[in-house]
Amino acid sequence: MAEAVLALEGLHKRFGALAATDDVSLTLRSGEIHALIGPNGAGKSTLIAQIAGSLRPDAGRILLGGEEITGLSVAARARRGLGRSFQVSSLAEPLPAIRNVMIGVQAQAGHSFRFWKPAERDPRLIEPALAALARMGLAHRAWTPVAELSHGERRALEVACALAMKPRALLLDEPMAGLGPEGSARLTELLESLRLEVPILLIEHDMQAVFRLAERISVLVAGRVIAHGDGDTIRRDPQVRDAYLGE
Amino acid sequence: MTDQTPSGTLPGDLPARPPRRLGRRGTVQLVMLALLLVLPVAADLLGHPYYVTLASRLTLIAMAAVGLNLALGYGGMVSFGHAAYFGLGGYVAGIGAYHAFDATAFMGMLPGSDNLLVLWPLAMLACGLLALLIGAVSLRTSGVYFIMITLAFAQMVYYFANSWPTYGGQDGLPIYIRNQLPGLDTQDPLTFFLICFAGLVLAMALTSRLMGSRFGAALTMARLNDTRLATAGINPYPVRLVSFVISAMITGLAGALYADLNGFVSPSMLSWHMSGELMVIVILGGVGRLYGPLAGAVLYISMETLLGGLTEYWQLFLGLTLLGVVLFARHGVMGWLAGREPHG
Repeated sequence: MAEAVLALEGLHKRFGALAATDDVSLTLRSGEIHALIGPNGAGKSTLIAQIAGSLRPDAGRILLGGEEITGLSVAARARRGLGRSFQVSSLAEPLPAIRNVMIGVQAQAGHSFRFWKPAERDPRLIEPALAALARMGLAHRAWTPVAELSHGERRALEVACALAMKPRALLLDEPMAGLGPEGSARLTELLESLRLEVPILLIEHDMQAVFRLAERISVLVAGRVIAHGDGDTIRRDPQVRDAYLGE
Repeated sequence: MTDQTPSGTLPGDLPARPPRRLGRRGTVQLVMLALLLVLPVAADLLGHPYYVTLASRLTLIAMAAVGLNLALGYGGMVSFGHAAYFGLGGYVAGIGAYHAFDATAFMGMLPGSDNLLVLWPLAMLACGLLALLIGAVSLRTSGVYFIMITLAFAQMVYYFANSWPTYGGQDGLPIYIRNQLPGLDTQDPLTFFLICFAGLVLAMALTSRLMGSRFGAALTMARLNDTRLATAGINPYPVRLVSFVISAMITGLAGALYADLNGFVSPSMLSWHMSGELMVIVILGGVGRLYGPLAGAVLYISMETLLGGLTEYWQLFLGLTLLGVVLFARHGVMGWLAGREPHG
């Protein structure tokens, strides 16, 4: 068994009487796409917030590359190689697409307190950013302001931003949200091609995409992982059919 | 926007950044700077020192606003307390001169000085430290709370100066002889104007350079979307704090010069009216635009001088102008004169 790049160990998070995350453990191995699915209100967003660092778990550990990151800030986790995309795009609208990507390259280089040298034309920032954009099929839109990009292009740009950070693990929060069947198929193909570069923890509603992409699927219901396995196992699991697929 | 999208993206053929042109914006900016330099020189030649001093005042107010613009405009930190740094810079100049004149020492320890090469760095250091303290606390909040907490800190400094009798308390502190710069006659209005002008140009050049750097890219992202910045791996808080400190240091240096210009420093330089005035100037001129503070200061001082001569209620017209700018010209005077900035 390949070593886990990202591991959650016994995460708990409670809001009053509600157990939003109830003893969740899962791993992400190198070279795989691991999908996390679950009906609305299952606690997916809460779990993502804990992995990304905007929410602290009440108990449990999060490890990235074997190193504990449970107590680190969002920025510190990102610097250690956790890339993420958001369910609702979070980009700087007035800036050209590439400036959104360059900030990740810059952060990775660790040189954000340089006050003098011009950054906007620095090839050490531009070239990796363009490479990440090209990876997501957006090189021709590099200098277009985000506000002028289509919805599908923004979804892809979010992934490009994460890729530019040279992440060890990617956390993609419903990357297909709001895409039509065509856009969804296109993004599925792009993600497929990323698999060997960086393992992906994929939170997604689009079942077609999930079954096509993911080696392993975990099903989250009411804060608990109720089933875990490959696509066929999940499809046949009566509990899952009951809680989710058959709804 | 089609001219911004390069067509050929063959492998190895990197899409180039669209070229920069001087254009209308560059022309307007050059003309503004040239006029600011030429008019006072002409006034001096024609024997109108009053206008030279007026130009110095305008230049220093603009410089103080350049400092505020770094925090408010570029960083999105609406500080309603920048008078604290403007006034503190002024008091450093005043207190230095006071002790140099009396041959006494500040708090019995530091001797006074009337050398601007000593006073300027000292004023900037003092303002930087004060801003570090105020910023470290204030930047834990945002929005309306940030506005109020910066105001509260500035009011504390104001009342402190008001009640410290050694340095004049509410009556203020006169500077009998303008502080000295080796080799120059600072008493000469034109010489002093040129010093102020150099200060303004330097502050603007620094801002421009800073905002083009990696630090500027991080600060811009902190303003536009701090979630994106953190997700990329940069903590927004230290980025904001550093820019807040630099902003205060620029405003503080302008304050030190302002006290020397007037030969007087008083708590009014620290008052919330002053903070408001600087904010009005930044907003009038165009928030987050390099030449915005200068344009705003020109408009402000012109109204004060021209309308102030006609009626003591000139601020009514200032208010109406501000209303007009906020409602109809969101990018300020500079937006109206020179068009929008390439990236918001």
